[in-house]
Amino acid sequence: MSEKLNFHFDVDGTDFTSAGQASVQVKKNLRRLGIAPETIRRVSIAMYEGEINMVIHAGGGEADVNVSEDEIEIILTDHGPGIADVEQAMQEGFSTATDSIRSLGFGAGMGLPNMKRYTDDMKIETVVGSGTTITMRISLM
Amino acid sequence: MTVEALLQHGFQAVTLPEGNREIDGAYIGDLLSWVMGRATADNAWITIMSNVNVVAVASLADVSCVILCEGVVLPEDVKATAEQKNVNVLTTEMPAYQAAVRLSQLI
Repeated sequence: MSEKLNFHFDVDGTDFTSAGQASVQVKKNLRRLGIAPETIRRVSIAMYEGEINMVIHAGGGEADVNVSEDEIEIILTDHGPGIADVEQAMQEGFSTATDSIRSLGFGAGMGLPNMKRYTDDMKIETVVGSGTTITMRISLM
Repeated sequence: MTVEALLQHGFQAVTLPEGNREIDGAYIGDLLSWVMGRATADNAWITIMSNVNVVAVASLADVSCVILCEGVVLPEDVKATAEQKNVNVLTTEMPAYQAAVRLSQLI
């Protein structure tokens, strides 16, 4: 493909049970494009973790996935509370999720670390009180 | 071995839309992000979690099946979602450790 493909999703912040719909759709789209299964797995897990974070912490947001010849770029934008201490948030096991979220199996403090683990590059731009944008890149080369 | 071949060995089918998938190992865990971070594709995922998010995680992590241990029952609506998303789900009365030991003897 020579042109960039863009997939845009609104992530509903109110419905926990439907969280993950955007990631599952991206997985399907990437399959149709013939992307390697392990790459699809990395992209869809990283995106799902981001999606879950937006639902848990930010009341939802927007997700954009750009597919070009040499990379897949995932941009997650929310207007939530922002991340006060990014370094702390990146530590495995650190979480501010509530007990009810934890009882669903989330809130293990592995979301951001997994997003970093499965992508080649991750950038977090966050302003306390106004929101967070996370940009992740996965190389296709 | 395949997922459906487990049925003769103490595991019962809840839904098997892709019963011919191969199992190459197992991961035990109930915290979803740990499973996504540590399980590998084609693992059997042994857990006691049975909410709808389990289906999404199983699908995205590309595990070959979910094994609900300790006799955990999958709610009907979650079962329907698993069928739609092509996620194999089995159940067993065995605790996680025994289920993993049995699996290890079989694969």
